[in-house]
Amino acid sequence: MKKRSAIDAARARSAWLFIAPMLIVLALVAAWPLLRTIWFSMTNATLVDLTTYDFIWFDNFIVHAEGRWYGIFTDPQWLRALWNTLVFAAVSVSLELVLGVIVALIVNAALPGRGLMRAAMLVPWAIPTVVSAKIWQWMLNDQFGVVNAMLAGAGFIDGPVAWLGGSSLAMVSIIMVDVWKTTPFVALLVLAALQTLPKEIYEAAKVDGIHPVKVFFKVTLPLIRPALVVAVIFRLLDAMRMFDLVYVMTGSSEETMTLSVFARQALVSFQDVGYGSAASTGLFLIIALITVIYIMTLNPLGKEKAA
Amino acid sequence: MKGKAVVKTGAMIALWAVVALFLLFPFYYAVVSSLREGSAIFEASLWPGDPTFDNYRAVMTDQPFAKNIFNSLIVAFSVVVLSLGLATFASYAFGRAKFKGRRLLLYTILGVSMFPQVAVLSGLFEIVRWFGLYNNLFSLVFSYMIFTLPFTVWVLTSFMRDLPVEIEEAAIMDGASSWTIVTRVFLPLLAPALVTTGLLAFIAAWNEFLFALSFTLTNEQRTVPVAIALITGASQYELPWGNIMAASVIVTVPLIVLVMFFQKKLVAGLTAGAVKG
Repeated sequence: MKKRSAIDAARARSAWLFIAPMLIVLALVAAWPLLRTIWFSMTNATLVDLTTYDFIWFDNFIVHAEGRWYGIFTDPQWLRALWNTLVFAAVSVSLELVLGVIVALIVNAALPGRGLMRAAMLVPWAIPTVVSAKIWQWMLNDQFGVVNAMLAGAGFIDGPVAWLGGSSLAMVSIIMVDVWKTTPFVALLVLAALQTLPKEIYEAAKVDGIHPVKVFFKVTLPLIRPALVVAVIFRLLDAMRMFDLVYVMTGSSEETMTLSVFARQALVSFQDVGYGSAASTGLFLIIALITVIYIMTLNPLGKEKAA
Repeated sequence: MKGKAVVKTGAMIALWAVVALFLLFPFYYAVVSSLREGSAIFEASLWPGDPTFDNYRAVMTDQPFAKNIFNSLIVAFSVVVLSLGLATFASYAFGRAKFKGRRLLLYTILGVSMFPQVAVLSGLFEIVRWFGLYNNLFSLVFSYMIFTLPFTVWVLTSFMRDLPVEIEEAAIMDGASSWTIVTRVFLPLLAPALVTTGLLAFIAAWNEFLFALSFTLTNEQRTVPVAIALITGASQYELPWGNIMAASVIVTVPLIVLVMFFQKKLVAGLTAGAVKG
């Protein structure tokens, strides 16, 4: 008993010393810049000169002046970006979840070469997003793209389809690319969960002659639910901040612009640090809300006792 | 009965083939396109036909692409070393010691990993300028800590927690300092976890785009993803697709090799958070 407490005391003494360097870096790279962004969101600072600006309270968010409303919350482009982001997140994450489970079930079969299959699943995830975006942009090219060539060859389309041109098809294409890139990742998470399930249940179900579909919905799905919830949260947060895929594939086209693309455009292209920071702060608040709900409801440190 | 099993296995293999085809086709097509030249690239054929390496030569000579690869390597390696160094010590404290505020800190760090990067962009711009790091690779090494530190700390903490207590107790009884315990006792035991998290950090840093796009200005300072995104042709509508595909293949092949070699470790690292909780 005495020995134990001596060790604990020794550990506790050095604990802060060991954590301090990491905390200082995180404070410099995350906490301080975040506070500055929130501060800038209440100013009219510009990128050319970050030192001279006026404090304008919430005018970047919403303000009524000369009979009109201004600020991101009344900016049709920001609202459009919010809508695009929500549509992108909801549709892509749902598709990735459903397809991810299906792919995981397929790959879970005990066949030789499963290792190779898992490696293949890591490929879309490992390819840099910018590179995936470029490859798909080329494949979806309206005149020379292989996708149009194959669809035309199979008789599905008559003329070239402008996948990434300014229409709702652009969002469909971007969702499709994200699904291609991320479904394998979701599938790997599900696969890992599937492999922890006890085999006995399945043998028992087989002996009892229960239909595999029923076994899936009554046994497998409830058991892998925790893993699915984690996958959905992580994917949702990732999708909400989507930047590279949209920026590379369709630039700042209004049909596909996400909140991150909007914020960066205001900040860097228009040099309007105040307005851009307000847009970033808006996105941060949305994501913070999801994060807090996640941590409160799921408690990822698990049953571990509070220190 | 046996016939049925054969049919079932056959169907499974067919399904696997379909999945693999979908996963790998885009990269295959990029390779094919990169090997075609001039007008041949516009034929949308599935085979290279008359393969040539002209696109590869062009991408390496027409622009500082070799420099871009070098930049990416410098940044990614520095990020791995720095974040593993900081995270190893932090995870020792988080995994082995009991102290006030430990839980809150771990949750805060998890929260940071969920930050939208764009939310710190203007604040980071200011810091990068203060330090005079604009258009300098160190601005990237520094800013990438925001996404590599949280997950290295979390993954290493969970590994650290699972190591047997007895080894450490023996060391303490022998009068070893905490520093000696971390560097001499835990570091060797942690090696597999370090490889996994190091790889994940390397890939994340190698692929990052938003900060790299925002904090560098000249082509000589760009990392690979930015260089590829900004390859332009004579006009906006005449992108040199052959060059872009060649560049894409060059930067993706090392990653695919890494993935093939470390497949098990990467999957373990990726799923550690989700399954163990």
